[in-house]
Amino acid sequence: MGNENMHLLKTDRPVGVIGYGAYVPRYRLPAEETARVWAAKGGLPVKEKAVPGLDEDVITMSIEASRNALARAGIDPCELRAVWIGSESHPYAVKPSGTVVAEAIGASRHISAADFQFACKAGTEAIVSAMGMVGSGMGRYALAIGMDTAQGRPGDQLEYTAGAGGAAYILGPGEEALAVIEAAYSYVSDTPDFWRRQYQKYPEHGQRFTGEPAYFKHIDEAGRYILEASGLSAADFRYAVFHQPNAKFPQKAGKDLGFSDEQIKPGLLVPVIGNTYAGAAIIGLTAVLDIAQPGDRVLVVSFGSGAGSDAFILRVTDLIDERRAKAPSTQAYIARRTQIDYATYARYRGKLDLG
Amino acid sequence: MEIPRHWRLKKQRYALIGEVCPYCDGKIFPPRDVCPHCGGEARNVYPFSGKGTVYSYTVMQDAPAGYESQAPYTVALVKLEEGPVVTAQLTDLGEQAVEIGMPVEMVTRKLREDGGAKGMLIYGYKFRPVGLGPH
Ligand SMILES: [Zn+2]
Repeated sequence: MGNENMHLLKTDRPVGVIGYGAYVPRYRLPAEETARVWAAKGGLPVKEKAVPGLDEDVITMSIEASRNALARAGIDPCELRAVWIGSESHPYAVKPSGTVVAEAIGASRHISAADFQFACKAGTEAIVSAMGMVGSGMGRYALAIGMDTAQGRPGDQLEYTAGAGGAAYILGPGEEALAVIEAAYSYVSDTPDFWRRQYQKYPEHGQRFTGEPAYFKHIDEAGRYILEASGLSAADFRYAVFHQPNAKFPQKAGKDLGFSDEQIKPGLLVPVIGNTYAGAAIIGLTAVLDIAQPGDRVLVVSFGSGAGSDAFILRVTDLIDERRAKAPSTQAYIARRTQIDYATYARYRGKLDLG
Repeated sequence: MEIPRHWRLKKQRYALIGEVCPYCDGKIFPPRDVCPHCGGEARNVYPFSGKGTVYSYTVMQDAPAGYESQAPYTVALVKLEEGPVVTAQLTDLGEQAVEIGMPVEMVTRKLREDGGAKGMLIYGYKFRPVGLGPH
């Protein structure tokens, strides 16, 4: 085979997912309601999106997802050596979300805590780093989170989809894993498809630039490379999860890589919770792990504007059966639903000027 | 594993970390030096399950300073399944009516901003209706 797989991210020792946990807030804003307010015509990119309550942010949502991950992992939180959180909506500009989350979940002080930002792939960026820590032997367990309470400018196309939610993953030794990470790969280029400058509340996006040269290009490059370097094709997988800014993009990206609707649907949550940005691909993976069987292989490819993709191949182990029932399923969070109107949404998301 | 006591106790607001009395096995929250049940010296850390029931409640229409943006909200006395009663805000109610005896579970939420948009964020425990499944 020569050097054809030389760019895969290889660990010194096997690494896998020991525990995982999802979080979706209770409130839902239907896309039809947003369309009503802006008198918009035409197709809607999702059915509805999840909206956080007044007392929720990336820190509180990460705490609950992490507690779910710890319940499934069954480890003492003091054994964690890292708490890393990827998000573009950290509550503080300066003070890592991980400091509060670590304290709240009972981690020790012998940890690394850091906030990651890479638009919608900040969560998988944290996972790649956690793989490095565990796979090199620097620490036995590391917690990696992708969580967002993303906002779109009122009336902007992004307002229909910018949702809230995410997932937490505890990585650890492969022999303790409910899913072993068989391969990982990261692909990055300088692409100005979407950005937010310091002190700006809402992001800017290069309208037509977000499709082909950004999302599809990076997902395709990363997906193709990891499949070829691993000697696998779509037929070797039970499930595939892609970053999901809307319902259409991941289905097209998956088809281009040879995946069927049956492989993509279980991890496609964007129609009912919206685009959860740094949480999007990895909360899709939690829904897949909730139903996966031992031996199933799963492909995950994230995408973050700026731009880049992280790709992972996971193989589910026998440990899945005893662990998944130890925390609420992702579908249970989705089913816990209170519909709100645009006015309530505006209040919850701080869009009202209280003077 | 040795865990310094002061460090665990600081977590009480984030995660209902209390104490268990080594003499009478009483569960204690908030943590204190002396067991309220037997007068013994309390010192063993005990993480509460976070499960409880609503003992009584009141709806706050006029919120105190720092909480105005959340009003109206419900404050309840919650009887923890381990015994102690704590005062806390209820959250995630949606359209659900609050009832005495309603089962609730602890979540960690943003309580307030300490000094407006530039201030520190204060996090702590609240309770929400149970119903998501295993925890
Ligand atoms: Zn006592």
